[in-house]
This record gives sequence, C-alpha cells and structure tokens, in this order.
Amino acid sequence: MAEKEPIVEVRNLYKSYRRGNYIVPVLENISFDIQDGEFLALMGPSGSGKSTLLNLIAGIDVVDRGTIRVGGIDITTLGETELAAWRATHVGFIFQFYNLIPVLTAFENVALPLHLTGLSSAERREHVEMTLRLVSLSHRMNHYPKELSGGEQQRVAIARAVVTDPEILVADEPTGDLDRVSAGEVLDLMERLNRELGRTIIMVTHDPRAAQHARVVRHLDKGVLNDAHPKDPL
Amino acid sequence: MPILKILYKNAFRNKLRTGLTVLGITVAILAFGLLRTLVDAWYSGVEASSAVRLVTRNSISLVFPLPVAYKDKIRQVPGVKLVSWGNWFGGIYVEEKNFFPNFAVDPRSYLELYPEFILSDDQRLTFYRDRRGAVAGRKVVEKFGWKVGNTITLKGTIYPGEWEFVLRGVYRGMDDTVDETQFFFHWDYLNETVKKTVPRRADQVGFYLIGVQSPDLAATVALSIDGLFRNSLAETLTETERAFNLGFVAMTEAILTAIQIVSLLVIVIIMAVVANTMAMTTRERIGEYAILKTLGFGRLHIGSLILGESLVITVLGCLAGIALTFPAVAIVHHELGTYFPIFKVGGETLYLDFAAALLVAVSAAVIPIRRAIGIRIAEGLRRIG
Repeated sequence: MAEKEPIVEVRNLYKSYRRGNYIVPVLENISFDIQDGEFLALMGPSGSGKSTLLNLIAGIDVVDRGTIRVGGIDITTLGETELAAWRATHVGFIFQFYNLIPVLTAFENVALPLHLTGLSSAERREHVEMTLRLVSLSHRMNHYPKELSGGEQQRVAIARAVVTDPEILVADEPTGDLDRVSAGEVLDLMERLNRELGRTIIMVTHDPRAAQHARVVRHLDKGVLNDAHPKDPL
Repeated sequence: MPILKILYKNAFRNKLRTGLTVLGITVAILAFGLLRTLVDAWYSGVEASSAVRLVTRNSISLVFPLPVAYKDKIRQVPGVKLVSWGNWFGGIYVEEKNFFPNFAVDPRSYLELYPEFILSDDQRLTFYRDRRGAVAGRKVVEKFGWKVGNTITLKGTIYPGEWEFVLRGVYRGMDDTVDETQFFFHWDYLNETVKKTVPRRADQVGFYLIGVQSPDLAATVALSIDGLFRNSLAETLTETERAFNLGFVAMTEAILTAIQIVSLLVIVIIMAVVANTMAMTTRERIGEYAILKTLGFGRLHIGSLILGESLVITVLGCLAGIALTFPAVAIVHHELGTYFPIFKVGGETLYLDFAAALLVAVSAAVIPIRRAIGIRIAEGLRRIG
C-alpha cells in the first residue's frame, strides 16, 4: 500500500526579521511534514519562532528561502492576491484573542469567510447554522462578541475557521486568553474536530496541558525544530 | 453583504468623533454653498440677460452721458427693432440703507423691451398717463409696505432735491431669475425738472437699451451704432446686455476671486479634518483589517471599507450642510435682499456641494487605504490584544 502524501511539506525553510540595522534569523533550515488528519502542537519558548512558522504555513507571512507545500500547492510561489484566495478556501484561523469583528454578530462573523465563496445566501445560512450547532452556540448566533464570554468567542472563532471546510486549521495560542474551564472546552472541541471530523490542526502553544490534546508535539528552540514526540509535551 | 454593514457600523463606532467630523463637514458645506450662492448672485444679472438686447453707453465711461437725440439715429440702424433710454437716478428712500436700484426710463419702450416684468394692463396704462407715476418691483413694495397710489419720496444724489413719485404699478418677475427690486419712473419727468434746475444736464441720457430683431444681428447692429457716432463729441460703446452686465461684475472681480479662494480653502480645511478622522479610525482598526486579509479579503474589500466609511461620514455632512443652506440663504436674502435681489441656491451649487463632498471623501481615504492594504498581516495581527 502506497504511503499517504503529507498535507504540509516544509523544506529548507529560512526566515529572518530586520531589527533596525540587524538581521535577526528566526527560522533556520526547517524541514518537516504534517500528515493529513494530524493534530500537531508546536511548542517552544517565547521568541523561538513557532508563531512565525505557523504564519508561514498559513500563508500570512512570506519566507526568505525554502518551500512550503500545502495540499500539493507550493504557497511560496503565490502572489499576494492568489495567496489571499488560497487562504480563503484552504486555511482556517484560530487566534489567541479570538479576533472576531466586533460590529458583526456571531452568525455574521461565522458567515464572513463564506462571502468569498460562490455559495447562495440560503446555502451560507445552512452552513453557518450547522457550524454553530457543532460548537454548541446556536442559541447565541445573534449576539455580538462583547455579549459573549471569552470561551464562547473562541468557539465562534473556531466555527468561523471551519465553516469553509479548509484543509488545515492553524491555531496560535488558542487558549492563551481563556480561564482553565473555557480552555478545556475549546481544546476538547478542537480534539473532537480532529478525531471525529479528521481536521488537520497545527496549534502553537506554550501550555503543556494544551499540547496534551494534540497527537504529535514538536519543540522549536532558537529556530531549530526538534523531532516529533507523540503525546510527550513535557 | 457584511462589508456594507461593517463600514456603516464602523462609521458610528466613535460617535463623538464621527459627530464632530459630520458637524465640521456640515458647516463647511454650508459655508461653501453660501459663498457659491453669493458668487451666483453676483452673476445673476448676467444670467438673466437677453440675447436680443443691446446696451449703448458713452465709450469713455458709464458716468458720461449721451445726447437724447441719438435715439432717432439708432432707430434707423438696420436690425434695430426698438430703442429705449434711461438714466441711473440713484435716489435714496428715507435713509441710505434702504437701497434699491432706481431709474428714469422711457416707460413704453422700456416695458416693451422687458417683457419679463409682469404688470397688469390697468396699472401699465395708469403709469403711462401719470408723468409722476412710478412702478416698483414686488419685493421692494413688500419691504416698505407701499400701496399703489402712495406717494414715494426719493432724495436725489445725482439729481439733488426731494423727488416725489406716485406708485402706479407693482411688477412681478416672469420667473425667479428676474430682479423684483427695481423702481422706475418717467424719464420725461426727470428731464423736465432738470431743464428748470440744471439746464446744461438736460436732454442727456445715461444709456440706451436697444432691442434687435434676432440674436445673430447683435454684433452687426452694435458695430453699426458705434460707427454712427465715431468721431463725434460723445462716442458710443454698444455691447450685448450680457457683456454690459459682465462689465459690472468685472469691476468687483477681486472680491469675487477672494470669495472663490475662501470657498476652496473651506473645502481644503475640511479635507484635512476628514483625512485626520479616517487616519485615526484606520489606525485603530488596522488589526481588524488584518483579520479580514487573513480570511482572504483582498485590497478591494479593505479599500471599499475605508472609502465607504469616509463616504458615509462625508455624505451625511454634505446632506446636512445642503439642508441648512436653504434656510441660511433665505435669511441672508431677507437681510441683504436689496443688494442681492436674486439670491437663491442654484442647481450648480448643489452639484458642486456633492462634488466637493466626494472629493473630500476620496482624498481623505487615500492615505488610510494605502496604509491598511500595505500593512503585513502578521504585523497587523500583533496590534490586537
């Protein structure tokens, strides 16, 4: 039986930032794969480059050198407009501070990415209602973000991330701004999305408890990625 | 479409700032509209000019008279249909602030040349028959509460003395571009009185008004008239009524230019105010624009959001400014109606108001749009939290 193609292939990745007159290397010669349906936790100390790596895989930052193939597409060759269109359909984003649009209701926030698809209004409504049911927030669909708790806002953000049925979900410290109970609910939801719906999730966290929900844990330190340690975040 | 909802809601997220900006635009559009209306009022005489009327005056200056005998020679010029004549009287009613234009004219030919002055047949005949009779425009009559039959006394400035006239008619304009503040009386009454008091000023007219058979004859007729009196003691300058009125406007060109510069400055100032508002709102929302970009929304969407918000704020201010321009113009007209008999908001002023608002909205949004679409997503997201 042929081996399954990885959903993400990172090869010889270099990334650096300019700080005044200095060039600060952040990622150096990173190469790794992420399998389809994997739940990967990227851990590491602050400034280790884990968020940068996540941003590069998600196509919201550009590499200095190297290639990133997601679902067979080398996203490092895409222009800004192509990359925006690619993100709209291939990646779902979950952020630490939820990043919902404050002037839109939960329903409208979740529906937002669908406006870039060719779905009709009725189809969009159906998708949004189904996704809000998935995150158990049907009863809060007409509430604005400020009327929701942190945990509820993050569940809305998760609904927005999955509503377009993307190939990968990227989450940057998704529980960083939540209390323990809410964090647990969000992580359980992400785990369910991975186990039951087969979503590929790449999560950046510095919280070992959050990483325990992942199937694979990788550590990034000083721009170098260590080997994978399934279920061994500590 | 959520983009429309976002831009509309964004416009009112900081109610105080938006309110103050809208207020600023309202005042600016009001000021711009008033100044434009003032410029229009200056040109109202030009706009109301007839293409079949010529004005002949002394070629040296309007203050120099012409012999009344010229009228018979002018009548002989091919293309001339009708000749009238008159003098600027410059009388004051009670006190100087009660200014209104008053002329001594040849009644029959004058009213025939100005069919836009509507006067009932009865009043017209009574006016013709009474040598001391006078006709005044509806607005001036209403202002001073005159009634037909009243004796009106004007203090002469060019022709000294107390001059008494009997109001025999009140004219109204054919449309709202016609000046309804004029006062005119028999030239013969003026001339006969002058013959007795200052004989050397008798039989002199300030201007001739000439009706031509068709507009295309105007230039030829003007040349012919001036040719008739070339090398005489009182050479003439004949021009279309429009050119004659434009000559008056040209005398105050510096004031007009100043008004136009001020009206443009008002727009530039409000452009800076709106640009500042838009720069502040964009800086505050740069994280949200980064989120939208993350989700796949492109430059067009982000640009539309910012431009739309700028348009919402500006158009609101523009509409409020236009709405206030009408009562403001009515107040100014009430107070200064004698100086600006035609003072109304023109269609062109409304178009310019909208054009100015559009220009302000677009200009104010340019830099914020560039900043928002130019920012790297990762950098924008870092501003959240």
